[in-house]
Amino acid sequence: MQQKIDAQQVRKVAKLARLDLTEAEIEEFTGQLGAILGYVEKMNELETTGVEPLAHCLPIHNVFRADEVGASLGTEKTLANAPQRDESFFIVPKILEDSSA
Amino acid sequence: MADLTAMELRDRIAAGQTSSVEATRAILERIERLNPAVGAYLSVFPEQALEAAQAVDRRIAAGERVGPLAGVPVAIKDVLCTTFGTTTCGSRILQSFQAPYNATVVRKLLEADAVIVGKTNMDEFAMGSSTENSGLGRTVNPWDPTRVPGGSSGGSAAAVAADLCYAALGSDTGGSIRQPASFCGVVGLKPTYGRVSRYGLVAYGSSLDQVGPVAHTVADAALLLQVIAGHDPADSTSIDEQVAPVSDYLAGFDEAVTGLRIGIASAYNAGADPAVHAAVSRAVEGYRGAGAEIVAVDMPHLDYAIAAYYVIATAEASSNLARYDGVHYGYRSPNAQDYIEVYTKSREEAFGKEVKRRIMLGTYALSSGYYDAYYLKALKVRNLIRGDFVRAFERCDCLMMPVAPTTAFPIGEKTDDPLKMYLADIYTVGINLAGIPGISVPCGFDEAGLPIGLQIVGPAFSEAKLLRIARMHEARTDWHRRRPGNLR
Repeated sequence: MQQKIDAQQVRKVAKLARLDLTEAEIEEFTGQLGAILGYVEKMNELETTGVEPLAHCLPIHNVFRADEVGASLGTEKTLANAPQRDESFFIVPKILEDSSA
Repeated sequence: MADLTAMELRDRIAAGQTSSVEATRAILERIERLNPAVGAYLSVFPEQALEAAQAVDRRIAAGERVGPLAGVPVAIKDVLCTTFGTTTCGSRILQSFQAPYNATVVRKLLEADAVIVGKTNMDEFAMGSSTENSGLGRTVNPWDPTRVPGGSSGGSAAAVAADLCYAALGSDTGGSIRQPASFCGVVGLKPTYGRVSRYGLVAYGSSLDQVGPVAHTVADAALLLQVIAGHDPADSTSIDEQVAPVSDYLAGFDEAVTGLRIGIASAYNAGADPAVHAAVSRAVEGYRGAGAEIVAVDMPHLDYAIAAYYVIATAEASSNLARYDGVHYGYRSPNAQDYIEVYTKSREEAFGKEVKRRIMLGTYALSSGYYDAYYLKALKVRNLIRGDFVRAFERCDCLMMPVAPTTAFPIGEKTDDPLKMYLADIYTVGINLAGIPGISVPCGFDEAGLPIGLQIVGPAFSEAKLLRIARMHEARTDWHRRRPGNLR
C-alpha cells in the first residue's frame, strides 16, 4: 500500500498546527496518521457527486441581536489567567526586530 | 442513603425525612474513602458543598420554594466552566485555569438548588473513549478496577456508578456520555444538538458537542435534562424554543408508548460481541413482548460514520484548540525563546499525545490540497448518514442498537493503537453526525460481570418520547438497581 503521509509532510503539518513535535513523535505520528488516513479513505467507496456537504445538521440560521452594549468580563477577570501580564497587558516576547538597530 | 435515586433523595429532603447536609456529608465521606481507588473526581469542594446544602436545608425549614434538584449532590465533568475551583478539561495546559464565568448548564444546576460536590475526570479535551487520555488522573471502572470506565465522560459515569454522587453532567461529541454510561452500568443521555446550551462547555467539535445527564435511572436523567434544556442567547446554536419547545420530560413518563415501532438494522447490530448482541436482542424482545412492532431498517452509510467523524471532529478540534497559545491563559513554556516558540513549545509540552494526534489529523484534513479529499468528502458523507436516519424514522419511532461493540476493556489494551480505539465508536458517532438524541440504558451483564448498555436513538427533539421508551425497558428490568459489590 502506498504511504499516505511521510515524515516530511508530518513536519509541515506540525508547523501549521504550531506543535514543536519531537523526532520520536514525528516517527510515531507518521505511522499512526498513515493508518488512520488509510482507513478514512474508505469514504471514497461512496459516490457523493451532487451530495450537499452538511456542515450543520439542524436548520440553524444566523442570529442577529440589537447592537446594544451589554455586560462584559472587564480587564481584571480577562487577564486573571494570563501566564505573564503587566497591568492591563498580556506580555509576550518581542515580535518585531528593533527598528533603531 | 447513597443508593437512593436523585429524585427519591430530593423528595425525602423536601419532606424533611432527611437533610441535604446529611446526604452531602455521606457523599463526601464516600468520596474521601473510595475516590483514591476509583479516581472519578479531579476536584472536590467539601466546604462549598456543605454550605450549599445548609442553605437548602434552611430554606426548606423556612417553607421557602426550592428548585427541582434541591439539596441533591451532583458532579460535573471538568469540561464545564465554573467560577469555583479549576476547569482543567483533563489537560495540563489548563491545570490551573480558573474560568471567569459559569457555563450556562452550571448556572442552571445552581439555580435548581443542586449541590455541586466536584468535577470529574475525562479524556483530555474530551478526546477519547476510555479516560486513559486524561493528563491529570486515572479513573477505573467501578465494576472492575483493571478495566476502563469508558470515555470521555468516564469520571462522571464512574462517580454515578460508585455512588459518589446522585447524578452527573457529561458531554458527548461522539459517544462520550453514552459509552461510559454503558461501561459503568448507568443511564446516559445525549440530547439533540441545540437542545442544551454549549456556553461554557469547552469546545472540542463544535458541530457535534452536546451536554447531557448521567444518572442511575431514566427518571433522574429526565429530571436533569429538564433543568439544563432550553434556548440560551449566549449560544447561537441552541435551538429557538418556538422551533422546538422544551417538553415536560416527566409528564406521562410511566405510560408505555402505544403502537411503538422499533427499527433494527440487523447486520449493523450483529457487529457487536456475542454477549452484547444477545443482551441487546433480549431487551428488544422485551419490547416486542410488550406489544412493540419490530421494523427492519437499512442504514447503508453507517459503516462510513467513523471515517467521516474522525475527519470532521478533528478538523473542528484543530481549529478550536488553536486558542491554547500560551499567551492569554493556560500553560506557557519557560523554554520559549521567541513568540513562535511560545506557541509551539507551550502546546508541545502541555498537550497529551491523543490531543496532538487529533490536532495533526484535523490540520492535515483542512490543509491546502487535502481539504476536498478529506474534509469536504466527510461533510458529504455526513449528509448521507443523516439521510439514513431520516429515512429510518419515516418507518419507526426509534432505533435500538448496542452502545459499544464490547463491554469495558482492560486498561492499556488499546492505548498503542489509536485506530483500534476509534473503531470501537461504531455505534455512537453516527448519532452525533446526525445531531439526534440517543440514550444508553443498562440491559445486562457479560460473563465477567461487566455491564452492557442498550442504545435507543430517536429523531431530533424527541427526548420526551425517547425517555418514555427507555423507561418501558427500565420498568420491566432491574439492571439499573445493581451496584458494584466491592465499593459499599
